[in-house]
Amino acid sequence: MRNVITIANRELSSFFNSLMAYIMLILFLGFSGFFTWLYGSDIFFVKQASLTAFFGIAYWTLFFFIPALTMRLLAEENRSGTIELLLTKPVSNWQVVLGKFTSTLVLIFIALALTIPYYITVSYLGNIDHGAVWSGYLGLLLISAVYISIGIFASSFSTNQIVGYLLALFIGIFFQIIFSLIASGSHGFIGELFNYLSMSVHFESISRGVIDSKDLIYFLSLIFLGLIGTEAVMEKKK
Amino acid sequence: MDIKISNLTKKYGAQRAVDNISFIVKTGEVLGFLGPNGAGKTTTMKAITTYLSPTSAEITVGSFSIDEQAEEIRKCIGYLPENNPLYQDMPVIDYLKFVAKLHGIRKSEVKDRILEMVDLCGLEGEKHKKIIELSKGYKQRVGLAQALIHNPEVLILDEPTAGLDPNQIIEIRKLIKKIGKEKTVILSSHILAEVEATCDRILIINKGKIVADGTSEELKKHAGGAEVIKVKIEDGDVNDIFTALQSIDSVEVVDIFNKNKNTFEIQSKKEHSSKRKVFNLCVEKGWVLTELSPLETKLEDIFRELTLN
Repeated sequence: MRNVITIANRELSSFFNSLMAYIMLILFLGFSGFFTWLYGSDIFFVKQASLTAFFGIAYWTLFFFIPALTMRLLAEENRSGTIELLLTKPVSNWQVVLGKFTSTLVLIFIALALTIPYYITVSYLGNIDHGAVWSGYLGLLLISAVYISIGIFASSFSTNQIVGYLLALFIGIFFQIIFSLIASGSHGFIGELFNYLSMSVHFESISRGVIDSKDLIYFLSLIFLGLIGTEAVMEKKK
Repeated sequence: MDIKISNLTKKYGAQRAVDNISFIVKTGEVLGFLGPNGAGKTTTMKAITTYLSPTSAEITVGSFSIDEQAEEIRKCIGYLPENNPLYQDMPVIDYLKFVAKLHGIRKSEVKDRILEMVDLCGLEGEKHKKIIELSKGYKQRVGLAQALIHNPEVLILDEPTAGLDPNQIIEIRKLIKKIGKEKTVILSSHILAEVEATCDRILIINKGKIVADGTSEELKKHAGGAEVIKVKIEDGDVNDIFTALQSIDSVEVVDIFNKNKNTFEIQSKKEHSSKRKVFNLCVEKGWVLTELSPLETKLEDIFRELTLN
């Protein structure tokens, strides 16, 4: 556990030292703020005191931004050879993977925490469903965790960050939208299956304020799969 | 802590990078690993540090085996990998702190250990710089500092003096010798003089196999055998001297070193000496012998002989 924190700390300070963290925070707040308040089907257009518009935007911005954060996590270590330094210290593969996962999740947590003023503002404008807001935030955190875990997995293969980014998007897009498109076009068991695999279905139900164990199991098992895959790739490289 | 390696083999596809090698390194011994590029030095070192899992091997460090107690082994090994990878964006102090924490050094001791390392490796003026801003020599020192920070029982250094200037090389060699008195050290190098100067024992490895193992004296004795002398004979015709030297019965080969200066290199037959005969020859012919010196077999020659085939 101590090693996980040590590694996560190093990664976090690396995010902030390389400006990556600031760029990510500014872009995320800029994008989500613009579409939540100023443009398209924003809050004033919907004319309801709810953060649904924000959650919808954040769902997509996180999808594109998270791979940009995770792409270097292992690819850079593979390229520069620092992975050898790390793994010849009394540190296990799991501690490395979890450390990197935690660091990115903390950064996303900070990004989401900075949008709390949206919530406060909207709650002044009308009667807001507080439960739905909190479970929506929980949903965002969970999908972020899934994409971080996929991103780390994608980053573990290569020494090239761009490969890491594109591969993460490629895997992610299936969960993001393709599975739900397939589900809407098919019936019976296939339809049910792809419906369950689709991230948007689970995210919608959780952002409406329904926290179902079925959804939690879905998110947690995807996170776990990504991490276990990463560990397997690292082990295979030995 | 002794390091014991038996039957280490590592295959990459069909190619054997390391082919069934075995050796033991004892506590207090500095072992030099020599070999041409791609001989398997780095692979062997990576296997000991548990970074690579060998195709087959039994490796123990102290009483720990790499298969079951990898983490215990990593705790007692200080390792400087080839090319010295470092987190370029970190300041030296932060980096050392990071490594110290990973090694589980107690919080109260971390600061002291770091200062000791900064002092030992001569990083005082650079400690607040980012690693990327350092020159190659200083980066190498940071690499050494991180390898030594937890006071490891075993030190594995893959080309520790690469990129250092001559003064730094001498300092690092001194440091390795000092450390080597109590600890087990394995180092690899291309520089033969370095291995000769720092190591108690030399292991020459070629194409994944050990081709020589012993102290530098032992290796020379084995490879040499025949006496080689350099002589300078004046007041005579070069060709006459050459033929006369060749006709001495104990002489195997005569080489003309430098035609103008009448210098010859004479290799005797095995277990024969030609020094006295050369002297007598000169007296007999009235030539003046101005120089006669034995040539030692150099480690370079042994190395070339063993690895060029």
